[in-house]
Amino acid sequence: MGKLYEHLDELENQSIFIIREAFNKFENLAMLWSIGKDSNVLLWLIRKAFFGHVPFPVVHVDTNYKIPEMIEFRDRLAREWGFELVVGQNKKALLAGNTFPNGKATRVECCSLLKTEALQELIAQKGYEAILLGIRRDEEGTRAKERYFSPRKQSFEWDFRDQPPELWDQFKTDFEPGTHLRVHPLLHWTEVNVWEYIERENIPVVSLYFAQNGGRYRSLGCAPCTSRVPSNATTVAEIVAELKQTRIAERSTRAQDQEAEDAFERLRAQGYM
Amino acid sequence: MAKRAVHREDEPLKNLAGETLSSRPLRIVIVGHVDHGKSTLVGRLFYDTGSLPEGKFEQIQAVCQKRGCAFEWAFLMDALQAERDQNITIETSQIWFKTRLRPYVIIDAPGHKEFLKNMVTGAAGAHAAFLLIAADEGVQEQSRRHGYLLSLLGVRQVSVLVNKMDLVGYSQETFDSIVRDYQVFLNELGVEPRSFIPISARNGDNVADHAEAVMPWYRGLNAIEALDSFELPAAKHDLPLRFPVQDIYRFDHRRIVAGRIESGTLRVGDRLVFSPDGKESVIKSIEVWNGPSRQTARAGESVGITLSEQIFIERGHIASHEQHPPQCSRHLQARLFWMGRRPLEIGRRVKVKLATQESECELASIERVVDSSTLELLGTERRQVARNEIAEVTLETRSPVAFDAYEQIPALGRFVIVDQYDLAGGGIILGNALQPRQALPGKLFVGRVSPDERARAHGHQGALLWISGGSKELKKQVVEALDRSLFSRNVQTIILDESTIDSSLHGSLPSQPAGDRLLFGLLLASGFAAAGLVVLAILEDGTHELREKCRKKIESLSGVFVHIHLKPEQPDSHSEFADVLVEPSKSVEDSVLQILERILPEIKYKSKKWFYEI
Repeated sequence: MGKLYEHLDELENQSIFIIREAFNKFENLAMLWSIGKDSNVLLWLIRKAFFGHVPFPVVHVDTNYKIPEMIEFRDRLAREWGFELVVGQNKKALLAGNTFPNGKATRVECCSLLKTEALQELIAQKGYEAILLGIRRDEEGTRAKERYFSPRKQSFEWDFRDQPPELWDQFKTDFEPGTHLRVHPLLHWTEVNVWEYIERENIPVVSLYFAQNGGRYRSLGCAPCTSRVPSNATTVAEIVAELKQTRIAERSTRAQDQEAEDAFERLRAQGYM
Repeated sequence: MAKRAVHREDEPLKNLAGETLSSRPLRIVIVGHVDHGKSTLVGRLFYDTGSLPEGKFEQIQAVCQKRGCAFEWAFLMDALQAERDQNITIETSQIWFKTRLRPYVIIDAPGHKEFLKNMVTGAAGAHAAFLLIAADEGVQEQSRRHGYLLSLLGVRQVSVLVNKMDLVGYSQETFDSIVRDYQVFLNELGVEPRSFIPISARNGDNVADHAEAVMPWYRGLNAIEALDSFELPAAKHDLPLRFPVQDIYRFDHRRIVAGRIESGTLRVGDRLVFSPDGKESVIKSIEVWNGPSRQTARAGESVGITLSEQIFIERGHIASHEQHPPQCSRHLQARLFWMGRRPLEIGRRVKVKLATQESECELASIERVVDSSTLELLGTERRQVARNEIAEVTLETRSPVAFDAYEQIPALGRFVIVDQYDLAGGGIILGNALQPRQALPGKLFVGRVSPDERARAHGHQGALLWISGGSKELKKQVVEALDRSLFSRNVQTIILDESTIDSSLHGSLPSQPAGDRLLFGLLLASGFAAAGLVVLAILEDGTHELREKCRKKIESLSGVFVHIHLKPEQPDSHSEFADVLVEPSKSVEDSVLQILERILPEIKYKSKKWFYEI
């Protein structure tokens, strides 16, 4: 298998370099864990970077609409790997029932309330200077425009028109007070790379990714807004083979992206992951 | 319109000999003047290689119809609303596609002038480049600027695509004349393009096919063949070892030195030298988590090692083998490009980041400034490097820095500059370490008349008043008024300014670097001060360190040294250490009074009384 997956070494080395830069530059750092495949890979790379340790908290934003299996997986991994799990939730919005499943919000509004606002609140409360996230450039057009080190204003806004230059692995690490940073160590990976790496390293993932009754989840989100793609892939190797042939976009099953031509871009400009 | 079928996704990737290749992607940047067709080419490459996601082509078609515009390939790249509105690519995007040979990551770099930093962000990480020139417009400002930046950023594999051939009737003459024009420009940069290819991205001519029907006169590679002819960079295993320390971890009983090997190979048992301190230790182990133990690690790997002797090392130290250490110096001779909102002036403090090292530094001198689009020399007497300019400079760091010439070990030969919070510039290190030019000239021949005898005769000590800051005009006004005031108090003065030195050097010494001019000026000034004169020197601002050396020199000759700084509107680094700091709001008369108040008591000779009469 070594030779076959040699190209993953380069990706891995680059990601570890970025993770270590972030750890060196920010005292109060956290990782955002969606429990999806990408952030599982990120978590794995963090353990590799720090020789088995996870030296900062792992944050999960719980929308209360996640598929139950995801929550079980989360709690089991936190126990087994022994890291500090921090769970955030927008209780106010949930109590008031301002959600899409309740019919009181659009999908996009629901996302920004239950995810963006919940994260914002948690960051303010814990004072995290920087958050590590597992987003990738190949996922979606606006993510393609991201930097490894991406500053956000206090209001959380992302000004994609005025991003800092990033060259020769020298990242922007000097900031005006109040700036909050997103760090994206997997930015240069592709969806296939992620699965190849899961295969090579034997990284655990939620079983929802594997086909049952002719379908599987390709991208995991909240139950009401995520659907399955037709698939017969029941192993990681089969998923890799399937992805090498598909020409369907990865996030096509994420309903909030599809509401308008630029729905996802707007979500991200406000601070969505 | 469809001319696809370069690669089918279900085929394994093979080279021409039929060997299955690694799927390591080659990163290619596409640059060129605005509207010369970059995004169109990308859309076309995608379509022709069958790399478009399902339904994307139809989706773009529908969007175009809805907006009542003709089909635009560029919309594929322009995922953002803003881009569609302005019809220019704002950000560096990265997208993936495959040819039969291997996968590619395309970095689409914007051509619009104000987006230089995005272009740099894109191109700095590229293995190869396509440079687009529209046949109907020919070589434009950005064609040159981007060519220059590619060479500056170290992108050596370049193919020039002459696009929009359909708009010039597929004319060979037009193509040839663009090739001639651009070749001359590239030759000056020392860039040897791999190929010049006439294409029409919109129609797909010579992109994936050979458009013999419309351009029978062209027999060379098409764009995709040109891509496949580029090479992935060889790993830097054989270069001398450079292992910049990124961090030190003590999560458990181990003290792990973490970092990425930028070049060379390290082995357990190797003796390492950590520059710039020069401390040494031996590698005890290469630490691994969840993998087999190992004895060697090579360039490109992010690793952690433990050492057998515990020495003090920290982030920024560069480990090497004894036989091939990096250079260490406080002076970096570099080619710098500037992206900052405000210009970088001589003497202003900024931060340099080189590998994992960070050091405060200032621009010590500017050898020359070049306009990146015309390659025209903007001057050798510039005092600042402005946005979008490229300059050969000397940087002086506060503490010694370990580095290599860019041509030898790229990762240790390039740096970025942080101005306040912004990454505002970058550069590559040229040649060898500069011998610190700043060493002051040696002994002056002062003769047998003692300084005290001279002071008694003149009624005052010899002195050097180094006047920095302010505009040229303001300096001149202040110095003339000061000269008059001192003269009226019987002080023997002499004005020494840069232009005097220049005109005296002109012709006798070809192209003096700025630093040498300053040192020559200081030699003259010290001589005059030793002769008992009060020298009013309008030289370059220089550095604090140089001024301190100068102070010592003058004081050793029993003279007086005063640094007078005319503070500019924007506070600068000279203000901090000036002996006399003149506020910008002051009139010339008031400025002179302030200076006199300070210097007259200093230069007076014993019982003389004139100095009270300010």
